[in-house]
Amino acid sequence: MEEYISPSYGKRKKLMQAAAFICFRIFSYTIALTLFFILGFIIVKGIGVINWDFLTKMPENGMTEGGIMPAIIGTLYLMAGSAVFSFPIGVISGIYMSEYAPNGRIVKFIRTMTNNLAGIPSIVFGLFGMAFFVNRLGFGDSILAGSLTLGLLALPVVIRTTEEAFRDIPKSFREGSLALGATKFQTVMKVLLPIAMPRVMTGLILSLGRVSGETAPILFTCAAYFLPKLPSGIFDQCMALPYHLYVVATSGTDIEAQMPIAYGTAFVLIMIVLIMNIAANTIRKHYEKKTSLK
Amino acid sequence: MTKIDARNIDFYYGNFHALKNISLSVPANEVVAFIGPSGCGKSTFLRLFNRMNDLIPDTRMTGTIMIDGQDIYDRAVDTDTLRRNVGMVFQRPNPFPKSIFDNVAYGLKVNGVKDKSFIAERVEHALKSAALWEEVKNKLKESAYSLSGGQQQRLCIARAMAVRPSVLLMDEPASALDPIATAKIEELICELTKETTIVIVTHSMQQAARVSHKTAFFYMGEMVEFGDTKKIFTNPEKEATQNYITGRFG
Repeated sequence: MEEYISPSYGKRKKLMQAAAFICFRIFSYTIALTLFFILGFIIVKGIGVINWDFLTKMPENGMTEGGIMPAIIGTLYLMAGSAVFSFPIGVISGIYMSEYAPNGRIVKFIRTMTNNLAGIPSIVFGLFGMAFFVNRLGFGDSILAGSLTLGLLALPVVIRTTEEAFRDIPKSFREGSLALGATKFQTVMKVLLPIAMPRVMTGLILSLGRVSGETAPILFTCAAYFLPKLPSGIFDQCMALPYHLYVVATSGTDIEAQMPIAYGTAFVLIMIVLIMNIAANTIRKHYEKKTSLK
Repeated sequence: MTKIDARNIDFYYGNFHALKNISLSVPANEVVAFIGPSGCGKSTFLRLFNRMNDLIPDTRMTGTIMIDGQDIYDRAVDTDTLRRNVGMVFQRPNPFPKSIFDNVAYGLKVNGVKDKSFIAERVEHALKSAALWEEVKNKLKESAYSLSGGQQQRLCIARAMAVRPSVLLMDEPASALDPIATAKIEELICELTKETTIVIVTHSMQQAARVSHKTAFFYMGEMVEFGDTKKIFTNPEKEATQNYITGRFG
C-alpha cells in the first residue's frame, strides 16, 4: 500500500457505508411500518362489523344499525361514471401529446396546465363541479355531476401516465413500423398501444382507486347524507363510502353507536382501493408477459 | 439499369451542413456499400432514400432523388407507398412484441392485405429468403423475443422482404451481432440481390469488401470516392480513401 493513504481511512470508509445503510434501512422500514399500522388499525377496528348484512343492507335506525350497501353501490357507480368520462379523453390526450402534438411550446403549455390541474385541491374541483355541472349545465346534485367532477380530477393522472408510457417506447419501434409503409395511426394502434398498455392500465386503475376515496369533489355535486332507496338513474343523487364515513363519524343521532359502522366503512373503502391496486399489478404483469421488451 | 439516382444532395440538421453536394447512382439488383467514419453522413444519406429523415424535425434537403425514374420528394409521392417499395433494416434488431408470424405479416396487414392464405404464403417465402424458415417453422406463434439477436435481425429482414420492396436499405445491420450471425447476414445479402437492390451502411470494411459491388466512401459530409468495390479497396484514386481503408484514420 502506498504511503500517502492513511491506514485508518479504509476502515472509516467501510464504517461510513455501514452507518448510511442502517439509516436508509430505518427510514424505509418506518414508512412500511406506518402503512401497516394504519391498515392494521382499520382492520382490527373494522373487521368486527363486517358480515353479509353489513355489505348488503340499507342503513337502519338513523344509521346506527344496518348496512352500508347504498354507499358501496354509490361509490361503484361514481367510479364507473368517472372512468367512462376520464379514460377515453385522458388516453387520447396522452397519445396526442406524445405522438402527434408538434414538439415545443404548445405541448409544454398543455403539460404545464395538466400538472397544475393535478395540483388543484380537490375541494376546488368540487366547487367547480357545483358551479358548472350542477348549476350551469343543470344536472343538479346527481351521479352524472359527481362522475364528471371526479373524472376531471382523474384526468391529469391518466393523461400523464399515458403520455409517459408512450414517450418511453424506444424510437426504433416507430421507425420499424413506419419503414414498412404503416401510417402513424397504424403504428400507434398496432405497435405502440400494445407496448404502452400495461402502464396505461396501471395508471387508469390507480386513478380509479384515488377517485373512490375522494370526498370533497362529490360533497356539493352528488353525495347524499342518507337515501332511503338506491338511485334509479344518472340524474339521481347517491350515497358514497368516503362521505358516508364522514357522516357517521361526525354527525347523526348516536355517535357512539355509529363508530363501529364508521370503521367498517373505512375497512370496505380500503379494501376497494387495495383490490384496485392488486388488480392493477396483476393486469400489468399479464400484459408485460405478452409484450415484454426483452 | 439505374435504380436510385441521387443528384446534388445537400442536407442540413438545423444549421449543421450534414451532406455536401452528393451525387451517386445505384444500379438495380446490386449491392452498394457506404463506408466512412462515424458522423460522416452515410446513415443520414441512406435514410433519405425512404424519407426516414422526414421524421426528424428541423431538417432540410436540396437536390433530387429518383427511384425508378420517380422523384421521391415530389409532392405527389405518398411516403407510405414509398416505404413499402423501399424497405429498411436497422442497426439493432427491432422486432415488434408480437409473434414471429405476426412480425413478418405486419407489413402486409398495414397495407391492407386481408387474404389469410396469401399472407401465410408470403410470410413463409419471406422467412425462407431470410434463411430463417427452418429455424422457426415450428414456432411461428411464439414471441419474436424468444429468438437470438442474430435470428431477430434475420426476422427483421424477413419482415422487410415480405412486402416485396424493390430496394432494401440496411443501416449497419450486423453491428450488434456476433461473427457467426454476421456471416449469415452477409450470405443473405448476396442471395437477396435476386429479389431487390441493396444499399448498406457499414463500419466494417471487410464487410463492404465481401458483400458489395460498389462502394462509396464518405468523409465529413462529403462523398470522397465512389466506384467498383474492387477498385476502391485495391487502387483508390483519393489519398483519403487510401488512408481510411488502410486504417490510418477513422
